[in-house]
Amino acid sequence: MGGTDAKDILGLPKTPLSLTQEKRSRPQKESHRKPDGISREVYALTGGVAPLMPSIDVAHLKRRPPADEKVAWQWLPFTSSARKDDLQLYHWARVVNNVPPTGDYSFAKYNKSVDILKYTDEEYENHLTDPVWTKEETDQLFEFCQNFDLRFVVIADRFPVSRTVEELKDRYYSVTRALLRARAQSPADVANHPLMKEPYDITRDRERKRALSVVLSQSRHQEKKDAEILAEAKRITEMRLAARRAEEPDVSANENAGLDKADGIVSGRSISPSSNSQLPATAVAPSTLTMADYASTLASLRMLHVYLRTYGLEQMVQAASSAVGLRTIKRVEQTLQDLGVNLKPKVPTKTVCDEHLELRKEILTLLNLQKQLQYKESEGSSHREGLYAAMPDTPK
Amino acid sequence: MTNSSSSSKKQAQDQPETSEPTLKSLKAKMTKSDEKKKLKDIEISVPIVYGNVAFWLGKKASEYQSHKWAVYVRGATNEDISVVVKKVVFQLHSSFNNPTRVVEEPPFEVSESGWGEFEIAMTLHFHSDVCDKPLSLYHHLKLYPEDESGPLTMKKPVVVESYDEIVFPDPSESFLARVQNHPALTFPRLPSGYNLPAPMQVDDTGKKKRGDTKDHSLGQWFMSFSEADELLQLAAARQQVQAHIAKLRRQISLLEGQNQTIKTGTDL
Repeated sequence: MGGTDAKDILGLPKTPLSLTQEKRSRPQKESHRKPDGISREVYALTGGVAPLMPSIDVAHLKRRPPADEKVAWQWLPFTSSARKDDLQLYHWARVVNNVPPTGDYSFAKYNKSVDILKYTDEEYENHLTDPVWTKEETDQLFEFCQNFDLRFVVIADRFPVSRTVEELKDRYYSVTRALLRARAQSPADVANHPLMKEPYDITRDRERKRALSVVLSQSRHQEKKDAEILAEAKRITEMRLAARRAEEPDVSANENAGLDKADGIVSGRSISPSSNSQLPATAVAPSTLTMADYASTLASLRMLHVYLRTYGLEQMVQAASSAVGLRTIKRVEQTLQDLGVNLKPKVPTKTVCDEHLELRKEILTLLNLQKQLQYKESEGSSHREGLYAAMPDTPK
Repeated sequence: MTNSSSSSKKQAQDQPETSEPTLKSLKAKMTKSDEKKKLKDIEISVPIVYGNVAFWLGKKASEYQSHKWAVYVRGATNEDISVVVKKVVFQLHSSFNNPTRVVEEPPFEVSESGWGEFEIAMTLHFHSDVCDKPLSLYHHLKLYPEDESGPLTMKKPVVVESYDEIVFPDPSESFLARVQNHPALTFPRLPSGYNLPAPMQVDDTGKKKRGDTKDHSLGQWFMSFSEADELLQLAAARQQVQAHIAKLRRQISLLEGQNQTIKTGTDL
């Protein structure tokens, strides 16, 4: 259908006769499906599919007003309850049988406004004085609130004294709360008022806005890094969940602490991405990962119901090495050889295997510490270099 | 009624003739919750040694039969592991006839003669109350000594053995009960106050006489494995590493102090 219209518009030659004959037979089929009362184009807007619930009563669409009614349209004056002045306005009104329409202007009900409490001077003296705010300022604030329907951004813009949006909000809400409390017969009456139930906390608001601006101003690079860390943390929690489900609910304090540390790392990265905080994060992160790895490895070993101890040791060693690179694994093995220890124990009893695993873990710690030491040394030397660069001729 | 019939299926070999109500109810209770009554952190381990012994046939050696060898799985101290192992299936090289050899009672070994070295798979099947799943061991048959230059001798065989332990991480109560005090395995320390039911009377009449596997014909060649040396090695290594770690930690904290003073120095 659309094809021929488009071709018409473009002025292209229409398709050969046989096709148009085909198309003529199709509209009959389509009109079977299309409901009556709506034009074809309008129906096509809905996707050409019948609605789940018949929302259009077809009978209504083509209904004409009953024939005995006499309808005329007249230019009439009207009043609206929404207007406080005496302005007389006119509009076209539908007059039926010479009876003009009655009732308020139909759009008056949309004129809503906020309930701003008005305090008397006495109330101000008693409850609402504040070291930072003068009475004039507070009065003006309330007037603005009334006029601008609590749109604090606008109020802040027009306020003669420059105040932040949060300060204005804080003043308005605390005044209203104090008023409510003062006017209430008993505290219980007021307790259900939304302002009382969830009081405005200026520090939280400031913090929230600051955090939002941080997120908004994140560079793409930072975003990617954060996404990676969150994925890692999710992986950790999922592994932990799997391990916990497999074993009996025996939540060790270590795992919980590890999880909190992981969350701490995530928020730490997003708030203060200094190079100093990065190093402890990388040092801590591997240990939290391997705790979960051990637990899940143990769980999967248990599920086997029977396994060889050498296999079990292999799995645990893999779990320990899962967080580190190939180079580190090679270094661990080299260290083991230097110490004269078999890479795979010749007599793998339980004690021997446990000792072997502990030794491997300790070697990993050792290598980690060596790296840390290197960092510290380079940090120290760069500081010293900076010192000398700033003050070329240092006394001493 | 259904309980006792299922119990007879599960522990076919442990059917006591006595029909004491207490014993039967105990069995019924255990079969119902057999799967659930697996204790945490209790594992039974069976130390085993597997490998081969190979003799050069010397004068009687032909091109296709140069060695006589035996591949086996045994308890590490030559104790009888059939308390746990029901049968062992040895998978030999396809050039042997009947390459799949099933051995249903100790000693779990296969003796053959041949010329080639190949990998042998030994699949251990356990008793039904021990474990449903079989466990496979792999051993590369060794006929020729490491030292290739030396002369072959008929007197001393080539022996290659590996020590390992079969671990059952969550043994069922019936298993625990049956094997308490058996020398072939290391029995775990049970949590205090935990009482195992008395072991069932194992019906011995259907089985052939089991010799004490300690007297094995090849016993003189078996290697002995002691964990003492390995433990010593590991302990010494750990000490070294720990000392090194302590030293590094001291160095790092020293440096941190230095860096701090340098930093505060620049602030001034």
